[in-house]
Amino acid sequence: MKLREIVKLLDAKVCIGEGRLDEDVEHAFASDLMSDVLTLKDTPMLITGLCNVQTIRTCDMATLDIIIIVRNKKVTEDMLELAEDNDMVILSCSYSMFKTCGLLYQAGIQPLF
Amino acid sequence: MHQEYTVIEGDFVNAGKASSSVKKTLKQMNVEPSKIKRVVVALYEAEVNAIAHAYGGKVLVDIDSDKIKMVVADKGPGIPDIALAMQEGYSTARPEVRDMGFGAGMGLPNMQKNVDKLNVISEVGVGTTVEMEVNF
Repeated sequence: MKLREIVKLLDAKVCIGEGRLDEDVEHAFASDLMSDVLTLKDTPMLITGLCNVQTIRTCDMATLDIIIIVRNKKVTEDMLELAEDNDMVILSCSYSMFKTCGLLYQAGIQPLF
Repeated sequence: MHQEYTVIEGDFVNAGKASSSVKKTLKQMNVEPSKIKRVVVALYEAEVNAIAHAYGGKVLVDIDSDKIKMVVADKGPGIPDIALAMQEGYSTARPEVRDMGFGAGMGLPNMQKNVDKLNVISEVGVGTTVEMEVNF
């Protein structure tokens, strides 16, 4: 599924990464716990309600570069700067984690396990 | 190549700066991406631990063509029972650490999974030193 379609499906805002919206995404992982993100061997799209600079830093370390921030959390300037340095995509939507995951799963995005 | 970084107690904003810098160096050296990920995940976990649990410390990194050695040495309360701390799910993290998405008792076990050699030396009331090695 193209990122552009995900933006439409979730009525999301593109915080950064406009130039990558034609990329395809197959897998996603949802967690507010960065310790869990650090145990992943794969590099899925991350769906999270944790909205701080450590979210971005953790993704950088775990080589994840597409992040959906749920529950209408405010993405800060320092997050955007770090994301820009690492060529990441950050989308932000107002839906709950559950609804976001449900919509994406229904649209064919696969879990890791 | 030798690199040194200082870690400050509670400084979550800068948690990961050492790991991020090491990542850039290893990329420039064309180290295999899966190895880079193992290195930086383990170092980041150790950095976060030093910031979350200790009163600051040092990160010392030595990079050779065939391996990386990392030492994270903190001045801190120390770990009374290392075997217990190595168990997944055991945590003494404060609520503010958990608010940052950490403190689930997965740090030391995850370091172990990602490195080829791990040595944890700790003295209560003095500090903890985590030594890690990853072969390229």
